[in-house]
Amino acid sequence: MNEINWAIARKREKLIARARIIQQIRAFFAQRDYLEVETPQRIPANAPEPHIDAVPSNDWVLQTSPELAMKRLLAAGHQRLFQICRVWRQGERGSQHLPEFTLLEWYRSQANYSALMDECEQLLLALAPTGAINWQGTDIQLTPPWDRLTVAEAFERYASLSLQQALSNDRFEEILTDEIEPRLGYKRPLFLTEYPAEMAALARKKPEHPEVAERFELYINGLEVANAFSELTDPVEQRQRFEQDEATRVGAGKPPQPLPEKFLREMHHLPDCAGIALGIDRLIMLLTEAKRIGDVVAFTPEEL
Amino acid sequence: MYSCADLKKGLKILINGEPHVIAQFDFTKPGKGQALYKCKLRNMLNGALFDRTYRSGESFEPASLEECDMQYLYQDETGYVFMDQKTYEQVTIEGDVLGDDKYFLVDNMEVKVLMFGERGIGVTLPNFVNLRVTQSDPWVKGDTAAGNNKPATVESGYTLQVPSFVEEGVLIQIDTRTGEYVTRVKE
Repeated sequence: MNEINWAIARKREKLIARARIIQQIRAFFAQRDYLEVETPQRIPANAPEPHIDAVPSNDWVLQTSPELAMKRLLAAGHQRLFQICRVWRQGERGSQHLPEFTLLEWYRSQANYSALMDECEQLLLALAPTGAINWQGTDIQLTPPWDRLTVAEAFERYASLSLQQALSNDRFEEILTDEIEPRLGYKRPLFLTEYPAEMAALARKKPEHPEVAERFELYINGLEVANAFSELTDPVEQRQRFEQDEATRVGAGKPPQPLPEKFLREMHHLPDCAGIALGIDRLIMLLTEAKRIGDVVAFTPEEL
Repeated sequence: MYSCADLKKGLKILINGEPHVIAQFDFTKPGKGQALYKCKLRNMLNGALFDRTYRSGESFEPASLEECDMQYLYQDETGYVFMDQKTYEQVTIEGDVLGDDKYFLVDNMEVKVLMFGERGIGVTLPNFVNLRVTQSDPWVKGDTAAGNNKPATVESGYTLQVPSFVEEGVLIQIDTRTGEYVTRVKE
């Protein structure tokens, strides 16, 4: 008789921790008057992203993020919303990527991205009651406030090229991955902020510096955990950006997709708001000292 | 031609006319940006290891290598010695060139040796190999959780994670493609 499948069995402790963490996340948002919602996972179109590909499902697609549905609910009068859901991104498989993974998204009206940074600090403290995340014998201290660094400052401090040089040579992602990310968020978590405006199609530009967007990414232990914006609320500008990104996609040989017209139409009613997407699997990796994302899910695609 | 979507551990490609094998592979994509395909490549002629990052849109020429059915004989100071099962000619491959595959060779194992002209430059192993555990900490009494693991070293010197109930002297099956434990083997 065969032994039990050890590759599955060895994840038992991680799955127990996973269930507990997700329960704690739900409790955290419930206490703060956030309404948990579920929106359809199979949709007519996602927001056009130059570098994210959806999985087709008959003539529709699986969601790459619930973002548009969440914002339509805000435009319909909801104030504080959260969702824990599956999303799919074609071809993304690595030690920190799964093509099907779990996102936590939360949205808050009458708030900007600074408020979400504060909320990230509070959420992590609620999940790690010792006030630190232990990783391979060293502590990542969670006591607020966490470090904040702009993308331009990060390039100046850590990279061999300036931000402008990296952008004009099309080496932004390479420098970010190889030279900057490995330095972020080791003693305490870090918010990398003020992304170039063209890298944030759904974010509001910073009023006093329109060349950057009010966007941040949360890094803990070198791992990108969350992405947040002060949301763009101008439907005219949003349509222009979508059309530009869709043209980029089609120019790169990707299949054309319809623009999310209902979202654009209802966007007139979108209040000032901020929203964030946090990778639950990566958060669980950090809280359980897992080196590979496949260690914190019941089955990887390869195990099916 | 291969595209980035084909890249994975073990894939063999030509770079500057020389065959290379992907020894380690990872996919990454920072902040909604372009995908990066990070490879640790081994030059199959000289064993040199180096890192290279590729981006979507790049393409790769497959290294099409002749495969010969051979038997692994023994290791000596020059490397690992194999014998062609048709011609009885012997081929030696250095340990650096074999990489981790050298840990999964068992005496008399039948393998496919990859040839570059007259030279043997790699092996295709059976998917599973049985090796004996030579060192591992004892099972802590009371540790009954099915998922707990610990490091173990097998007879070839390779170290891997095994379940806590695997003890020294036990024969285990290893997946040579991932290098991971599969099961204990009944003897």
